[in-house]
Amino acid sequence: MGAIIDISRGVRAGVQSAEGAVRAALDRVHKANHSLNALLACDADRALERARALDAARVAGHDPGPLAGVPLALKDNICTPFGITTCGSRILGTFASQYAAHVVERLEFAGAVIIGKTNLDEFAMGSSTENSAFSPTRNPWDLARVAGGSSGGSCAAVAARLVPGALGSDTGGSIRQPASFCGVTGLKPTYGRVSRFGLVAFGSSLDQIGPIAEDAGDVALLLKVIAGHDARDSTSVDVPVPDYLAALDRPLAGLRVGVSEEYFGEGLDSEVRRAVEVAIAELERGGAVVVPVHLPHMKYAIACYYIVATAEASSNLARFDGVHYGHRTENPRDFMDVYAASRGEAFGPEVKRRIMLGTYVLSSGYYDAYYLKALKVRTLIRRDFERAFEQVDVIASPVAPSPAFLVGEKAVDPLAMYLSDVYSVSANLAGIPAVSLPCGFTAAGLPIGMQLMGRMMDEGTLLAAAHQYQLRTDHHRQRPPAFAEL
Amino acid sequence: MMPSTPTVRPIIGLEIHVQLQTRTKMFCGCPVRYDAPPNSCVCAVCLGHPGALPVINRRALEYAVLTGMALNCTIARHTKWDRKSYYYPDLPKNYQISQYDMPLAEHGSFEFDVDGTTKRVRIKRAHLEEDAGKNIHDTPGCTLVDLNRAGTPLLEIVTEPDINSAEEAYVFCVELQRLVTCLGVSEGIMQKGQMRFEPNVNLAIPADGSECRTPIAEIKNLNSFRSVRNAIAYETQRQLAAWQEDPEYVHGRRPNENRGWNDDRGVTEYQRPKEAAHDYRYFPDPDLVPVELTDAMLEATRALMPELPVARRRRLVQQFRLSPKDAETIAEHRPTAELFECVLAAGGPPETVGKQFVNVWLKLANDRGAAVTDLGVSAERMAELAQITTEGIVNKTAANQLAETMLTRPAPPRQIAEELGLIQVQDQAATARWVEQAFAENAQAVRDAMENPKKAKAAAGFLRGQVMKLSGGKADPKLVGDLIEKRLAGG
Repeated sequence: MGAIIDISRGVRAGVQSAEGAVRAALDRVHKANHSLNALLACDADRALERARALDAARVAGHDPGPLAGVPLALKDNICTPFGITTCGSRILGTFASQYAAHVVERLEFAGAVIIGKTNLDEFAMGSSTENSAFSPTRNPWDLARVAGGSSGGSCAAVAARLVPGALGSDTGGSIRQPASFCGVTGLKPTYGRVSRFGLVAFGSSLDQIGPIAEDAGDVALLLKVIAGHDARDSTSVDVPVPDYLAALDRPLAGLRVGVSEEYFGEGLDSEVRRAVEVAIAELERGGAVVVPVHLPHMKYAIACYYIVATAEASSNLARFDGVHYGHRTENPRDFMDVYAASRGEAFGPEVKRRIMLGTYVLSSGYYDAYYLKALKVRTLIRRDFERAFEQVDVIASPVAPSPAFLVGEKAVDPLAMYLSDVYSVSANLAGIPAVSLPCGFTAAGLPIGMQLMGRMMDEGTLLAAAHQYQLRTDHHRQRPPAFAEL
Repeated sequence: MMPSTPTVRPIIGLEIHVQLQTRTKMFCGCPVRYDAPPNSCVCAVCLGHPGALPVINRRALEYAVLTGMALNCTIARHTKWDRKSYYYPDLPKNYQISQYDMPLAEHGSFEFDVDGTTKRVRIKRAHLEEDAGKNIHDTPGCTLVDLNRAGTPLLEIVTEPDINSAEEAYVFCVELQRLVTCLGVSEGIMQKGQMRFEPNVNLAIPADGSECRTPIAEIKNLNSFRSVRNAIAYETQRQLAAWQEDPEYVHGRRPNENRGWNDDRGVTEYQRPKEAAHDYRYFPDPDLVPVELTDAMLEATRALMPELPVARRRRLVQQFRLSPKDAETIAEHRPTAELFECVLAAGGPPETVGKQFVNVWLKLANDRGAAVTDLGVSAERMAELAQITTEGIVNKTAANQLAETMLTRPAPPRQIAEELGLIQVQDQAATARWVEQAFAENAQAVRDAMENPKKAKAAAGFLRGQVMKLSGGKADPKLVGDLIEKRLAGG
């Protein structure tokens, strides 16, 4: 049983107080966050006040909800009406949102206690959390290494057990890749499954909020709470939310697991390959059937992704201009300089690079060759998956080509950094759900993640497969040695 | 001496922005209000705050479809939203949600009458978008931004260049305003910026057996009918003069340009060459799903289509023998026209109703600065007044007086007429006595009427007036006229 289910059951039954659970989390944050830089902000007073209110409500006979007293942390690109929402950027360094994201409303209604906001690559653009304006997050398994990104803060916080669960956002792998680097379970839901209302947009057609926790059961519980239709997000899908927890018991027997050679090609670290292959064999031992599938357009996924995502980003980030809110330059020369200087001063280099790339691919004369072509490739990739899912129920692959790399190792080579998303971006391009779960460790003791991708709206099958795998293994129960005593 | 002036043909296309009068904005729930305190009708969505998402206003879509149908457009069954990128402080997201290559409506036409002939202008397209806020420059050294208007639904209508004079453009704009107000999709109030016009103007000039064309000037942001007419009239003269001075002032050799209208000086002023126009980097808005318009939705919208002003005017003329001018006056506002037809339906004799509605009721309303529908007089009572006037129970003069009384008294007009003693006197003897008295008291006028051809007509009229006065307005003017004529003729 995961920590989230454990706490919520305890609090609902009255054998544990919400205040106690929240205090314990705050205590761990206090002790360990300085070495990790996983949380950017932590509002202890508000969290404790909410926890006490939940306890009081329970005593008064009210059900405090399925996440009763569960302390959670949210990636700092999810708007909270309390504290700040920085997106890891100087341009929103002191920005206080006027409203709560849909997922924040859902979590609090379910009794969760949001204790803080987690670090990320600036505007979720990056694969290491090194692009944060507020210093990188460190990997709990090896502080010299990155936590992955862009939801590095959320994944590191869960890995070090500062909080039992967190939310991240995933545009091209930003939940799954850091989950694999940190040895936790993270899900990117189907596009439209979770409302994006209140998620600061990076690539609007790719972005999805998703849960990160210790195991698939906790992820299922969090998903059950945050999923569902929201009229404020036109792309949110109006389809009933199944009981993901109840579906976890579905056995592996008969599950058709697709394996595509496109995910095991050049550039894949040999230890990662071996661990994933062993994990797939474990699924087979559990009764799953492995079926080879072919995804011929996979090789275009990275190029396609970096056109679509940057195009949307260049437009989405236009609003950060120093005029209405956020950082404004001190002494603009003229009116245009308010824009140029404010943005020039406050955006980091990776964000600028992507804005320029995106602006270029949308420019008159280049639109057809880049953006329109990318949309066509995107359709082909989506069809690849549709065809594959006629034969299989899930597709298994590595999450990332390597385990966590050293801080600074890829910071100077943007292309190498982009390639760390090579296995994850296609799920975003196709809109399908995908989960990352721990499947082993390198000789040096770094976690390795396996990715399971599923059909549209079929998170249930993914989570059941992940859960069944986790019943047979204990990789997900391992804790980073440096934080084991917390 | 001027060179022989060629027959110059202005070529004019119009881009018109019409604010739709929805209760809430295009993509959020904020109220659409013109006179609210600055930045009081705003939310995270229309302020472009991080993480906020747009949701389309179904009513705005319906209004746009209705207008497209009224303009005889083909309505798209599948349409989408695009982002138009440019940086400006009144545009909080620094992109405008608009429709680029798949407009809601296309390939329409609009017919109206100019100087007694029918003019047809093709409509190229009509699409929905959001309005920007307002930059306010009235504090020196400081620009303030009011975002109340940001996100107001706008319908942009683009015509083909089928308009050939300033007058045609003027009438087009007037008729379009009548159309949108009749449809109820916009109040069309110029002073509130609810309709804004951008004419594209150039000239076709016959020269050396062929035709040359001047560069196209786009005149930005006109917000009155008068400025549309004046700006185009000025611009056509300016272009002709420019061509006469410089034979190279020809489309393709000189750049197209944007010009602004200076209302004080009465001139258009150069702003920038069109070639320097922005690259707006249009692309489909990923926050909004494409719109599918179903048969059911289109049929439901079509069912809302009222009779349109041009058609209604033509019918009023034909069916009720109204003068074109009266028909125009009555059809100007849809509620007025509807009331008029209710008066007819309530049994008012058409000819009397036509005259009385314009000369009595609309005048009374106008004098009070009110709408005729707000006078508090029902169609039934208006019909009764017309009825008793036609039947000669009251005369025209008495009817005017009666109408005014009806504004404050709910009783049936006939009863009021009786109480006020306005019932027309048909008694020949009594009328003859009043004529007798008038002749006796106005000897000079009688002499003039009988002997002075220059003054005869006026004098007779004066005598008729005196008789009516003596009768307290109750005499039948026709009878009075007959009796006076007879007496003057020596009868």
